[in-house]
Amino acid sequence: MVNELMSNEIALLAIFLLSIFVGFEVVSKVSTTLHTPLMSGANAIHGVILVGAIVVADHAKTTLEISLAITAVILATINMVGGFVVTDRMLQMFKGKAKQNKVKGEDK
Amino acid sequence: MSRNLYDLIGLIAGICFILALKGLSSPKSARKGNLIGALGATIATVIVFFYANDGKALNNQTLILAAIGFGVLVGVPAARKVQMTQMPQLVALFNGVGGGAAALVAIVEYLKLGDGATVSVVVATVFTVIVGCVSFSGSIITFLKLQELMTTRPVVFPFGRQIIALTLIGVLISGGWVIASGGTTPLLINGLLSLIFGVLFVLPVGGADVPIVISLLNAFTGLTVAASGYVLQTTLLIIAGTLVGASGTILTKLMAEAMGRSIFGTLFGAFTAKAQQSSGAADTRPVKSGSADDVAILLNYAQRVVIVPGFGLAVAQAQHTVRELADLLSVKGVEVAYGIHPVAGRMPGHMNVLLAEANVPYEQLVEMEEINPTFPQTDVVLVVGANDVVNPAAKTTPGCPIYGMPILDVSLAANVIFLKRSMRPGFAGIENELLYEAKTTLLFGDAKDSLTKVVSALKAL
Repeated sequence: MVNELMSNEIALLAIFLLSIFVGFEVVSKVSTTLHTPLMSGANAIHGVILVGAIVVADHAKTTLEISLAITAVILATINMVGGFVVTDRMLQMFKGKAKQNKVKGEDK
Repeated sequence: MSRNLYDLIGLIAGICFILALKGLSSPKSARKGNLIGALGATIATVIVFFYANDGKALNNQTLILAAIGFGVLVGVPAARKVQMTQMPQLVALFNGVGGGAAALVAIVEYLKLGDGATVSVVVATVFTVIVGCVSFSGSIITFLKLQELMTTRPVVFPFGRQIIALTLIGVLISGGWVIASGGTTPLLINGLLSLIFGVLFVLPVGGADVPIVISLLNAFTGLTVAASGYVLQTTLLIIAGTLVGASGTILTKLMAEAMGRSIFGTLFGAFTAKAQQSSGAADTRPVKSGSADDVAILLNYAQRVVIVPGFGLAVAQAQHTVRELADLLSVKGVEVAYGIHPVAGRMPGHMNVLLAEANVPYEQLVEMEEINPTFPQTDVVLVVGANDVVNPAAKTTPGCPIYGMPILDVSLAANVIFLKRSMRPGFAGIENELLYEAKTTLLFGDAKDSLTKVVSALKAL
């Protein structure tokens, strides 16, 4: 039993360490143009704390626990959904050249 | 749903997040990357309903669904309606509430576990509460600064450094107290002190450096999420949180480099170098101000014009007018390019977003390293609502807040035209010597009005 618990801890540690390397690696060559959308996208991803908020809301018992957990659900949802929507809006601006010229033509 | 199946699907969501960050790092795949991230988040959120209570409906399910509905109702319209100029502070706000949520999750789990919590779980809880609270209150302050609801200047108060150090010590001691004795009161005190520390930590940061802090707090929130993932033994939260923590740290470093700042200097700069504000004497020197007609003539007979857009352009919503002017000049055979400073606007890449919104062709947007060598061959530089990014003080005045920041070398061009609202210094609050040079012409007024006048003057020529 103790062994199982230990190996679980080690597995989590491995996941943690490997994620650090992946996180470093994937963004190391990003151009300044994309800093803002990338930050915003990463910001939306940590909104997945919503999963944690739902789990604690499920096993919250006292009124205090329930109200804190439900607040967490609301805040996490705002973070996640709002984050992805605003990032998409930013990236919409970087549309393809063809479409850009078309719109430009229509303006005149 | 079995634990294994849950973890397996969680892993798929984790991979979605990796692909999302990868996609967001390149212009072509960025939008798709974001959508993949949203897909991963949706998968993760849906499956937890089937797992958390062994497949039965969750306790408090109605309440949870209502809370999610409410969050969507608040978050989506905010994200949809926000002006692109105000987007940095919205991201800061989203980040702050995420940090707050993570702290609350850890607190609730701690309350539930009571004395049953293992030491490592309590340590992770304390970490989550401290960093989550700092991220929450710090982000609120960055929001207030960017929204200009409070001063954008560094806020320095007597014994600031000592007060911050004491607060930090208080945070650490109360954290240790929680770990040693458990209980609710120590955790509450720990959370409160962390909130205060978050405020104190961001107050001394100058307006121009706020984006770096937002990015740093974003990375913090990622780590908080990872730690609460450990508290809840949820692999997905560890993966997602760590990814954001790591990539956010790199991004913060890249941003700071683009601005020629060290992260350390950003955070503690206001304390070490006492803000040396305007010398006073500079304000009364004469400047050459011109009319819209003068500007139109200068532009009309130029062969090459570089437009340097700044945040003032965005505030005046003059993106479309500036494009009209550029088109008009192109028709007249003038070569036009936009010189984009990496931190033009309020965040790296912000100006590209704003100009793309006005359908400025992407090829005309030239980054700083490429445009700088072309300034000696440039006849006219038109600076629209920018100041700090062309301020030679960054090169010539050691000790000024922007010293060392790479700038656009517009002073090498034959003529410089500034469209400015007033002689007020820029966001960083530093006097710009370039305004007083002989080659410089100033056109005062709202950027959009001025540009409209220049456009009609140009048409009349």
